[in-house]
Amino acid sequence: MLNLLSIITFTPAVAALILALFLRGEDEAAQRNAKWLALVATSATFLISLILLFTFDPQDTGFQHVEEREWILGLNYKLGVDGISVLFVMLTTFLMPITIGACWNVKHRVKEYMIAFLLLETLMIGVFVALDLVLFYLFFEAGLIPMFLIIGIWGGKARIYAAFKFFLYTFIGSVLMLVAMIAMFVDAGTTDIPTLLTHQFSTGPVSLMGWQVVGGMQTLLWLAFFASFAVKMPMWPVHTWLPDAHVQAPTAGSVILAAVLLKMGGYGFLRFSLPMFPVASDLLAPLVLWMSAIAIVYASLVALVQEDMKKLVAYSSVAHMGFVTMGIFAATQQGLDGAIFQMISHGFISGALFLAVGVIYDRMHTREIEAYGGLVNRMPAFALIFMLFTMANVGLPGTSGFVGEFLTFMAVFQVNTWVALFAASGVILSAGYALWLYRRVVFGPLIKDSLKNLKDMDRREKALFAPLVVMTLLLGVYPALVLDVIGPSVAALVSQYDAALAAHETASMLAQN
Amino acid sequence: MTSVDLTIALPEILLAIYAMAALLFGVWFGKDRSTGLLIWVTAAVFILLAALIALGTVETRPAFGGLMVDDAFARFARVAILLSGAAVLLMGQDYMQRQNLMPFEYPVLIALATVGMMVMVSAGDLITLYMGLELQSLALYVLAAIRRDSLRSTEAGLKYFMLGALASGLLLYGASLVYGYAGTTRFDGIASTIQDGQLSVGVLMGLAFLLAGLAFKVSAVPFHMWTPDVYEGAPTPVTAFFSTAPKVAAMALLARLLHDGFGGAPGDWTQILAFLAVASMFVGAIGAISQRNIKRLMAYSSISHMGFALVGLAAGTAAGVQATLLYLAIYVTMNIGVFAFILSMRREGRVVTQIDDLHMLSKTQPTAALALLILMFSLAGVPPLVGFWAKFSVLTAAVGSGLVWLAVAGVIASVIGAFYYLRIVYYMYFGEEGQPLDTDISTIQRGLLIASAAAMLLGVINLFGVDGAAAVAAQALVR
Repeated sequence: MLNLLSIITFTPAVAALILALFLRGEDEAAQRNAKWLALVATSATFLISLILLFTFDPQDTGFQHVEEREWILGLNYKLGVDGISVLFVMLTTFLMPITIGACWNVKHRVKEYMIAFLLLETLMIGVFVALDLVLFYLFFEAGLIPMFLIIGIWGGKARIYAAFKFFLYTFIGSVLMLVAMIAMFVDAGTTDIPTLLTHQFSTGPVSLMGWQVVGGMQTLLWLAFFASFAVKMPMWPVHTWLPDAHVQAPTAGSVILAAVLLKMGGYGFLRFSLPMFPVASDLLAPLVLWMSAIAIVYASLVALVQEDMKKLVAYSSVAHMGFVTMGIFAATQQGLDGAIFQMISHGFISGALFLAVGVIYDRMHTREIEAYGGLVNRMPAFALIFMLFTMANVGLPGTSGFVGEFLTFMAVFQVNTWVALFAASGVILSAGYALWLYRRVVFGPLIKDSLKNLKDMDRREKALFAPLVVMTLLLGVYPALVLDVIGPSVAALVSQYDAALAAHETASMLAQN
Repeated sequence: MTSVDLTIALPEILLAIYAMAALLFGVWFGKDRSTGLLIWVTAAVFILLAALIALGTVETRPAFGGLMVDDAFARFARVAILLSGAAVLLMGQDYMQRQNLMPFEYPVLIALATVGMMVMVSAGDLITLYMGLELQSLALYVLAAIRRDSLRSTEAGLKYFMLGALASGLLLYGASLVYGYAGTTRFDGIASTIQDGQLSVGVLMGLAFLLAGLAFKVSAVPFHMWTPDVYEGAPTPVTAFFSTAPKVAAMALLARLLHDGFGGAPGDWTQILAFLAVASMFVGAIGAISQRNIKRLMAYSSISHMGFALVGLAAGTAAGVQATLLYLAIYVTMNIGVFAFILSMRREGRVVTQIDDLHMLSKTQPTAALALLILMFSLAGVPPLVGFWAKFSVLTAAVGSGLVWLAVAGVIASVIGAFYYLRIVYYMYFGEEGQPLDTDISTIQRGLLIASAAAMLLGVINLFGVDGAAAVAAQALVR
């Protein structure tokens, strides 16, 4: 189909434009219209993206549905998907209607809220389908604007601090990437991603302030990209913006942040760091593996002592993203499969957990764990759903959380046993904090007066969770749904990576003789 | 002198004649009552001249034996100067009227300053350069002090005059050194004395003084001290003018001088420009953080932006000049939008300029707040807004010339700078409700504000072809 990717990418933006130009007033009816229009637009986007999924050929490891057009300053507007990116597009379009549904109770500036989310969806999809370096950067960075506003306008008490921290933290990471992208543009003469994937960036010696940089230009470029993606992921020790942003963001903002925005970092590693700078990736992989292991253990320990539910889930996100980076830089088929699977599955699980926190926050207006206890007595349906996602978060077999963790562990165990061993202790800790949270919130006697009149989830809330439950269980018992789509593209990436490393080794051996 | 020379200099001549005619008209007919009319007519003349220049021939033609040059570069700069001048005149009118500040000299002085700027950018000789620069500067000194009964305005004018005169002196001294050692004041003559890409020591000294003088005019650090005070003290329409057209003119003049006169020895001046660029970007970004007055904030913002524009020139290539021109065009468009709003800032009829006066603007004036939000993100250089493409092109030029460190410094400065632009967004959207600003913004101001914001948004499609025009201009300059 012609321009399918452009249609998917820009449908939400068009809806946002319609909202901005034609919807007037702040009354009840206008608010309802805004919400319904946003819901229809995001659902339509999801339906169109299903066409993409069904016409996608997993066996073809090249880019599909490619669109190319001349643009400004010698750049091209180029879109396309391969096995790695197509599921991220699906994840985004799948989650957006749920996110819109999650903000149904917002009363304050509804129209603007919907516009922000619709624009954000366009930018998120754009990140995953862009096949031009600068176009990618444009989508990647522009996403900061709506998110900054979502946190800053509709957030909690300390929202201003959180919004600024979020913006500046991620901005400084990505501007370094911008310089690296420009350097690649100058070096390779193009910003076309498929071409760059086959371009060999120099590994010759470069001296920087008197120091010899091992791996030369590749290492410098790799580090610049790492600065951006590590902040976005976020990896320890640059994760500190995430808990603040999560805690202050409104529920829907947290869902999107955890479920999709964090995945941009992982996607970046897969799309750029690994295939474009294989030598540097190989050189620095031990560093990333250890940083990931530390992240898993450290974030889990920190999560144990949290008193705020959202903060706890945020730290657990940091830990789970540790598995992703670990899997990616194991650089084997299993590792990459596991990493991508973990990202998709974490999209569902963390999204659901933030929604669950939102459900009780809407009723009680507090996120303090202390304020709850014995919810199962009043909210059995909530208790059931929260139980499912708590278990999925721990990585119980049968849920999608298990598959990703297992695959990444397998991969890392073969590459670096010590890292795997160390990180495994984090899994135990994650069971600790998650189950303890569950016990404190849901179990026990219902003694607090404030909780006695709670109502269980209504139909809207149940409907929001239903697709997430289905996906979590479905992927848990039948992971091939994901693995079959990503498999061939990942295999191609890995073989190209290994070939590049082998070539580099031969070249350096020849140089020595 | 032939008639060909006169046709080449026709826009400057026409504008000069117009300015004198307007002066006579003003004196003759009831003085300040005619100011409103004169503002309109002057703006119309600017736009007509811009059209005349833009639609004219495209070859490179020297005039008056090389004293002036008419090429694509000069045309680009002159069109930018004229259009921004017209925009500033139109949007300032409402403000001047409300402030009861309608001396008929105001449009006349702006016209004269514009003549000076047009001469500057088409200069082919140090004498022409100086003549244009002084005509512009003298008019600007008076404009800064045009509110005679205000202490701040007169202080601004005096300060600007003292420091400006010093800078002119430095520049003149540099010009005389260059003349002494190169034996000519013509740019192409100077260029022909360069051997093996090296300047002789005397010419190099002269160049250093010339650069110091011009750095003052573009308010590059360390010659920036006058900028915040003059921006704050001068009446806002004058501030808006200062921050747009003269910046284009001075930066274009710098490019003209360096490439036409000293293009053979780029190694001798790219270092200096790189230093000026880094210092300006950082001082501008850090200095703005503690500002509470929006005019002072825009002053530091313009210092920082001039630093970025200098990054393009520091690259020393045609791509660099193209990037700088593109940067200037985008910068001017953004500034016109922002100042159109600042001009409308009043509370109960009284002019206010503090940043916290913007409290919850998004409630009282949603459209204006949204436009300002777009402009702020654009000034911060966040994609997809056009301000990002400005930064992208200068950074690409710098990396292309091997100045990676300069690009890294630039992006770090832009992150620091993002903070204070975001703070304006914070006041407009996140803050608590305070006493609202007056909402009766004049049609022209509203129109320019929205047009400028829309340009920032829609420019992502093709930059309105400005990049192509800038490329042609840069090719004409750097051969």
